[in-house]
Amino acid sequence: MSASAVHSLWTTAAPIQKIDAPTIEYAQLLPTLIVIGAAVVGIVVEAFVGRKVRYYAQMFVTVVALVAAFAAVIGLAAGGHASTEAQIAAMGAIAVDGPALFLQGTILLTGLVAVFTFAERRLDPEAHGNRVDSFTAQAGSVPGSDGEKAAVKAGFTTTEVFPLALFAIGGMLVFPAANDLLTLFIALEVFSLPLYLLCALARRKRLMSQEAAVKYFLLGAFSSAFLLFGIALLYGYAGTVSYAGIADVVDGTVQSIDPALADTMGNDALLLVGGAMILMGLLFKVGAVPFHMWTPDVYQGAPTPVTGFMAAATKVAAFGALLRLLYVVLPGLRWDWRPVMWGVAIVTMLIGAIVAITQTDIKRLLAYSSIAHSGFILAGVIAATPDGISSVLFYLGAYSFVTIGAFSVVTLVRDAGGEATHLSKWAGLGRRSPLVAAVFAVFLLAFAGIPLTSGFSGKFAVFKAAAEGGAGALVVIGVISSAIAAFFYIRVIVLMFFSEPKPEGPTVAVPSPLTTTAIGVGVAVTLVLGVAPQYFLDLAGQAGVFVR
Amino acid sequence: MSFPLLTATAAVPAIGAIVTAAVPSARRTAAKWLALLFSLATLLLAGVVGARFDPGGDRYQLTESHAWIADFGVRYELGVDGIGVALIGLTALLIPFIILAGWHDADPYETDSKRWRPTQGFFALILMVEAMVILSFEATDVFLFYVLFEAMLIPMYFLIGGFGDRAAATQPAADAAGGSDEKAAAQRSYAAVKFLLYNLVGGLIMLAAVIGLYVVAGNFSLQEIAAARASGELEMATNTERLLFLGFFFAFAVKAPLWPLHTWLPNAMGEATAPVAVLITAVVDKVGTFAMLRFCLQLFPEASKWATPVILVLALISIVYGALLAVGQRDIKRLVAYASISHFGFIIMGIFAMTSQGQSGATLYMINHGISTAALMLVAGFLISRRGSRLIADFGGVQKVAPVLAGTFLIGSLATLSLPGLAPFVSEFLVLVGTFTRYPVVGIIATFGIVLAALYTLVLYQRTMTGPVKLEVAKMPDLRVRELVVVAPLIALLIFLGVYPKPVTDLVNPAVGHTLSDVQKKDPKPEVEAAK
Repeated sequence: MSASAVHSLWTTAAPIQKIDAPTIEYAQLLPTLIVIGAAVVGIVVEAFVGRKVRYYAQMFVTVVALVAAFAAVIGLAAGGHASTEAQIAAMGAIAVDGPALFLQGTILLTGLVAVFTFAERRLDPEAHGNRVDSFTAQAGSVPGSDGEKAAVKAGFTTTEVFPLALFAIGGMLVFPAANDLLTLFIALEVFSLPLYLLCALARRKRLMSQEAAVKYFLLGAFSSAFLLFGIALLYGYAGTVSYAGIADVVDGTVQSIDPALADTMGNDALLLVGGAMILMGLLFKVGAVPFHMWTPDVYQGAPTPVTGFMAAATKVAAFGALLRLLYVVLPGLRWDWRPVMWGVAIVTMLIGAIVAITQTDIKRLLAYSSIAHSGFILAGVIAATPDGISSVLFYLGAYSFVTIGAFSVVTLVRDAGGEATHLSKWAGLGRRSPLVAAVFAVFLLAFAGIPLTSGFSGKFAVFKAAAEGGAGALVVIGVISSAIAAFFYIRVIVLMFFSEPKPEGPTVAVPSPLTTTAIGVGVAVTLVLGVAPQYFLDLAGQAGVFVR
Repeated sequence: MSFPLLTATAAVPAIGAIVTAAVPSARRTAAKWLALLFSLATLLLAGVVGARFDPGGDRYQLTESHAWIADFGVRYELGVDGIGVALIGLTALLIPFIILAGWHDADPYETDSKRWRPTQGFFALILMVEAMVILSFEATDVFLFYVLFEAMLIPMYFLIGGFGDRAAATQPAADAAGGSDEKAAAQRSYAAVKFLLYNLVGGLIMLAAVIGLYVVAGNFSLQEIAAARASGELEMATNTERLLFLGFFFAFAVKAPLWPLHTWLPNAMGEATAPVAVLITAVVDKVGTFAMLRFCLQLFPEASKWATPVILVLALISIVYGALLAVGQRDIKRLVAYASISHFGFIIMGIFAMTSQGQSGATLYMINHGISTAALMLVAGFLISRRGSRLIADFGGVQKVAPVLAGTFLIGSLATLSLPGLAPFVSEFLVLVGTFTRYPVVGIIATFGIVLAALYTLVLYQRTMTGPVKLEVAKMPDLRVRELVVVAPLIALLIFLGVYPKPVTDLVNPAVGHTLSDVQKKDPKPEVEAAK
């Protein structure tokens, strides 16, 4: 094809128009703007503030930003944006509605708690007179090299984790609110890239940490490619990337066909293949079978505070995006995606629960448990009713605090090699440190869904929604896999309380108020949502309507 | 608003649990006395409940109702009928004895001080179980009941797994030190896990049924659903009702326990200390049989009738199988466990015979079995702790060295075999009569259970108490004052209820009448009258 032909193609397909400046509703985007802005400030701090005070400056910026963003979310919700005033902002790119605000609030709170665990500096013994956190002294140095030793001796710390966490949180805030496919993809990358980096930054067991990061990055990039390909196919199908626009085409309410896409528009093959690829990308992020392979390795290798953050916040964001995609874009395709999601939910619940039984490392065990929980949440997603949405929102809120709390406890149990994550080392923990073991037992019971914990309320809400949505068989499989899962949670409790402590067993570090806060918040949320969940169920119920 | 008596009955032991757990570890004795005081206060409140309850009045009395989780259609609803009052009374009565009997069970080992045995925790857990059991007898909201039904497993689990006998499991005391000690701990945690998994699986299957019930009925209120069922407003498809019934019944049959879901009980009772074993079988397991009466029959009357033949057969198997295995046991506590399985068979048979004698007898049996098993098991516990072994073969001739112990053991044994004059006889007789009037063959076969009961209890007594005095038991001390205080009232009660069961039957009969009218069953007419 000659150059002029190409040129004529451009000019005929897209006649030059006057470009209007976009209108941006800054007030409604405030939470995201604050977090991303603070992340940029964090980078500046990294560059210009002295090494000694950098940690405190970063802590300050991060905590203030997260609290301010949370206040902004509350303000928006109080202003009615969660219900009556729900609207689409930023030229159709971002939805400001109940689910978005609820999930943003959850992400900000879990992010805040997770940042506390990032900042913990009392668990590792002091190195050369400097207090150290869970992150490597210098990420660029080769593990075990002289350069690393020098960096440790000089007291370097990787305070970049704070702006990285902020960027990740910023992306996560956009992810469930994204109202077109491109925004969805950009948000995905914005929160994934910092997470890949954070995974590689462990102070101890650095090779494992870097391996985890590489695996996460490669598989994540792979899934992103699927997502992007799916977006392209859906664009071919609908001629637009906006959620509402695609939904209109799916429903058949749009008859005008873009002449440039005359061959593909309305072609159901593109819709089905594209929709499936986007689902794959999102199911990868939530860790659903068969896209779960990365979860155990990454959870195990990443620094434990990062694991907790990732397990909680990523799941919240990704399920938010999944809900919006299925409920806003593809409701017309319900009869196609529901059977597929049924299958995914069933294998996710069963494989997560069954494989977890054979695990011997506490972090891998929690990873498989998180897979099983993804399956439970998917049961609520499948309900395809307003109750389904609010039950998923509630479950996500309940689950994320339990997860961060549980991983925070994991950071406390240490031996000479850092965290003692092998299960055999947890034997008799309940006799040596009854309080820590009791707290961990509370988290495990919540994971197992024992009544009077948040895990039970969440599970009940999700299963109830699924049963009402006509997925009774899913509920039965759900309770069966809960029973299987209960076995390995209980195994850990047996190990902690009924086994004799080993003589060379690990010690339990006394944390600073930071980690104590994270664990305390986890326990409090677990018990409050277990005994008196009504207020939060109301909140989730009011937030359960998507804007379109 | 009137004083929330039912909430208070459960709140007092719950507060007691927290207070007891908060006592500093050095003040061990204070914690024990506190726990005892709280359990006695609960007994007092249970007495008030019994006094305020009018057997001839409304079906559910002393009701309380508060909003709890509106989104789930769940209310905090309490109310008791005669059966509930009787079982609350049993629970509140037994707990002080259990605490007294277990007075030293959770003391630290003198020889091995580094081992972890928080005495406070033991008593706090017992009170916690008491609170949950009492509240589950009061709950008239299905969800609330379910929550308690599941939640009580956790303290129970720690009681079984965390505290065992001083002596190693089946090893003679001589080599109790070292290796077999670890083996005992392993067996104990195995028993605790088995207990928890069995009950959790039962409970989770019930959860599916609970959710299904909500989908069908739209709320969880027992009274509302039962009323809607009775008036025909709430129709259930036959299959739905049957599936939901099976979901509920499965959980209760695990808890009760009914053959073939019983295998956790011998392990749990064998490995737990005697007071905890009493707590399991005499208190916690009653929730299962109670729930069959209250939930299965009321919510799913048609399905209950549909399932009756199978359940009766399973109950029969429980009666005979439990008794046969009890005959073959070498371990005293496991023997009592199998005997309990046999007795639970009687209770379930009485419930599902669907006659007024059968159900009155079953309810009475729940009470009497609680008291008689407590008496037998607690004395057996005193015996075991003296010798440091659970094996029947390790005893012999105890009668001569500890006559009071032997005497109380004999009365407990005789109560277990339902000797006339002792309380269990009345209930067993009622159950058998009630079953016979509707299902004569079942009644006849079940009677063999009594014969076998005579065999296993008398052989147990003979081998342990009579014959030549074994060397190891020659210096066995007789019952101490604390132990007598535990046993004497229980035996007095066994004799009293054996001679004069009217107080309890008066309490439960109206409630049984209600339940029977739920399932729309009338007693079969006596044959003589029918022939006229």
